[in-house]
Amino acid sequence: MNAEARVQGTQAEQGLIEQFAALKASGESSADILAVREKAFGAFEAAGLPHRRVEDWHYTDLRSKMRTAFPIKEAKSGGVLNIERLNACVFTLENGRLNEALSSFGDLEQGVIVRPMSKALAAQTPEAFGTVATQDDALVNLNTAFMQDGLAIRVKDGVKLTKPIHIIHINSEGESASYPRNLVEIGEGAEAVIVERYVGDNDAAYQINALSEIKVADKGSLIWVKLQQDGEQAQHIGSTAVHLGEEVEFDHFTLNTGSQLSRSQVFVACAGENSKIGCRGVSMLSGKQHSDITLLVDHAVQACESREFYKSVVDDNAHSVFQGKIIVAPHAQKTDGQMMVQSLVLTDDAQVSVKPELEIFADDVQCAHGSTTGDIDEDLLFYLRARGIPEAQARQMLIIAFLSEVIEEIDNERVVTLLEDLVKEWLEAKKG
Amino acid sequence: MVAVQETIDQVKAIDVDQYKYGFVTDIESELAPKGLNEDIIRFISAKKSEPEWMLEWRLDAFRRWKTMEEPSWARVHYPKIDFEDLHYYAAPKTAEGPKNLDEVDPILLDTYKKLGIPLSEQEILAGIAPEHRIAVDAVFDSVSVATTFKEELAKAGVIFCPISEAIRDYPDLVKQYLGTVVPVTDNFYATLNSAVFSDGSFVYIPKGVRCPMELSTYFRINEQNTGQFERTLIIADEGSYVSYLEGCTAPQRDENQLHAAVVELVALEGAEIKYSTVQNWFPGDAEGKGGIYNFVTKRGDCRGDNSKIAWTQVETGSAITWKYPSCILRGDNSVGEFYSIAISNGYQQVDSGTKMIHLGKNTSSRIISKGISAGRSQNTYRGQVSAHRKAKNARNFTQCDSLLIGDQCGAHTVPYIESKNATAVFEHEATTSKISDDQMFYCLARGLNEEEAVALIVNGFVRDVIQQLPMEFAVEAQKLIGISLEGSVG
Repeated sequence: MNAEARVQGTQAEQGLIEQFAALKASGESSADILAVREKAFGAFEAAGLPHRRVEDWHYTDLRSKMRTAFPIKEAKSGGVLNIERLNACVFTLENGRLNEALSSFGDLEQGVIVRPMSKALAAQTPEAFGTVATQDDALVNLNTAFMQDGLAIRVKDGVKLTKPIHIIHINSEGESASYPRNLVEIGEGAEAVIVERYVGDNDAAYQINALSEIKVADKGSLIWVKLQQDGEQAQHIGSTAVHLGEEVEFDHFTLNTGSQLSRSQVFVACAGENSKIGCRGVSMLSGKQHSDITLLVDHAVQACESREFYKSVVDDNAHSVFQGKIIVAPHAQKTDGQMMVQSLVLTDDAQVSVKPELEIFADDVQCAHGSTTGDIDEDLLFYLRARGIPEAQARQMLIIAFLSEVIEEIDNERVVTLLEDLVKEWLEAKKG
Repeated sequence: MVAVQETIDQVKAIDVDQYKYGFVTDIESELAPKGLNEDIIRFISAKKSEPEWMLEWRLDAFRRWKTMEEPSWARVHYPKIDFEDLHYYAAPKTAEGPKNLDEVDPILLDTYKKLGIPLSEQEILAGIAPEHRIAVDAVFDSVSVATTFKEELAKAGVIFCPISEAIRDYPDLVKQYLGTVVPVTDNFYATLNSAVFSDGSFVYIPKGVRCPMELSTYFRINEQNTGQFERTLIIADEGSYVSYLEGCTAPQRDENQLHAAVVELVALEGAEIKYSTVQNWFPGDAEGKGGIYNFVTKRGDCRGDNSKIAWTQVETGSAITWKYPSCILRGDNSVGEFYSIAISNGYQQVDSGTKMIHLGKNTSSRIISKGISAGRSQNTYRGQVSAHRKAKNARNFTQCDSLLIGDQCGAHTVPYIESKNATAVFEHEATTSKISDDQMFYCLARGLNEEEAVALIVNGFVRDVIQQLPMEFAVEAQKLIGISLEGSVG
């Protein structure tokens, strides 16, 4: 990493620079949007791809793991991947571009407005755009520089949606990249459940960098579920940035099973008092997968409660990374934050790296964190086997029980059933 | 929960403006010219009458140091240090050459007396002061001024002397072990230390020997504009045992002073080393002016099977602390322990913790860390626990509690937990109820309340070490351990 090499940049960084030049030259973006893109790319270019010497990227060296940066290739995938049992309003993005034919704009409930992001940006940039994801973060910057399309969702004040909204991202093009971008605004006292699902072709090596900005107004409620089931060769990097008003109930859940390399970032900022935040997730990894969940919960105001609870099951040569940080600002008294990270390491080649961090500047708070790492408890296994259950089955039961503990904390039966089914599917697939 | 009054009072009692060791000893010193270059290193080496190989070692370190950058990852902030604006060697003029105790300058003896360090053997030998017998190596700025009980220890085969003396008298031992635990290029400050270290203690405990008394080194920075760079090397040969104490204080001065030490411990098969520190460097005044920058690399290597290294530290001093006493658990069944109490007041910044690197089979480690921050201080626990692929059945238990007093300070916890095999079991807990259910139950069943039980258990880990500290502030240390855990946060 000498100075000279740094100036030249890696192959991936070079690729991105060229792609950005081409994007600029294409003249597709309006002047306003181009300015936003240029600013973001400038910030990215100054720092380059993050590497292990950058503290937040210590365990996921993107510079060495992302060798090349593929260009955006927009194409139809033709697939329909709705999860019927969710009974949701479906929107489909293919290789980063919204397919309106596969999106149910017509089925929307009263009081919710959904627009394609590309159109929203072309007409008039929504007010909240760019105000939530304000981090100077490589992934956020890259997404802003290259963002293609996505959804701008607004649930009006007091509207309680009965059906979940289901956003499906399908990627099928090899050696391609996509940059979906969503903006979700939940009005005062409004309620919604949004599930975003990432799937893709197992044969296609693609890269996806997704960013969702979420704003929940006072007394609003949102359950956000991210199902990261990207293809086996995919590189998934995605960020969710959240801004919460007063007395909000917000739950975020990440299910991580896909991609060769994944990094899911969640940034939660509490701006109003008395909110309840739940950030949870389950990672199930095998083969040579590398999965990173990075979480930041910023208690900037008083009296918010947050629960961070993540579990991972790591098999084969996989590497599971969790970095969580709770910040309690000065004067954010009466904060209650509890973080727990538990990992099951199934083989001697698997790896777990955990960093549950607390940063506390106020004295009248309750914060705790815990972490456990180990294999399946021999005593539990023995108990089940003593009752005639074969070892493989007993292990499965214990893994399901281990993960269910997190899943069951979600206050939505349909989502819980869906997640539990996905856990079982993963275990079945692994057995085969 | 807010901290209880008793705790607040106790912390107040050791607030920065209560610093008792801030006096200056008026003694004529010999200083190396300011600045750092190869000539200064040659000067230090010559002062110590070192053999050629040692000089080469230093120069090699210095050349490497010039290519390195200061670490910036710790949660501490301070103006850039001008490494050219320091004296790298300072010694009382009267302390030149090896001396008997009765030849030591009375001013120096007086200084140590004032600090509560007994340097006179006679009284103790004569039975006038029949308390605990502790052998002391007293380091004043860059030199060791006296080492007590050397002959007594020699009878047991124990070598306890200034490291400069060891380099001359036991070159083979020094060559074999120096730099093997903390490599020359380990980090910026360790490399700097390797180039310019002036004195420190050397301990060798032969096979099967249980060191007949506590060993102790007392570091005192006196001179202005100096850096203290001491180097300690402790080798516990097969089946031996040693308990070692380290204390440090410095006068109250307006400018910041640099202290960059390296401590290396080697425990061979079945050996046990207990290393305790009471760090009470001048923490700066109430406005945050002055104080010691304490950038220390301490590491123990459980090199043999069934060996054990325990670090205990009570940290109340220094403007900035950057210190991670670590254990490399290389031998099978080896044990590493880290007990720490870090209390910060005023504008102090503490970034301290430990590393437990599990390499051997059935290795276990335990980390108990209590951080208390008051005033405008920032107190960070930073710890790493890792298990290598071959570290089958590695076990770790970590508990770190922090307590904040007032809303101007901060307490932070940054644990790094890295597991590379399925049989490793790591637990990291920040709740006080989880020390050990069995121990808790035992205490509770005998009528103690939970808080008393926790205090008793934590006490049990550290008390025997703390109680034997030969320094006046051992009393304070003890008070601190009893500090209520009530109101603690992760």
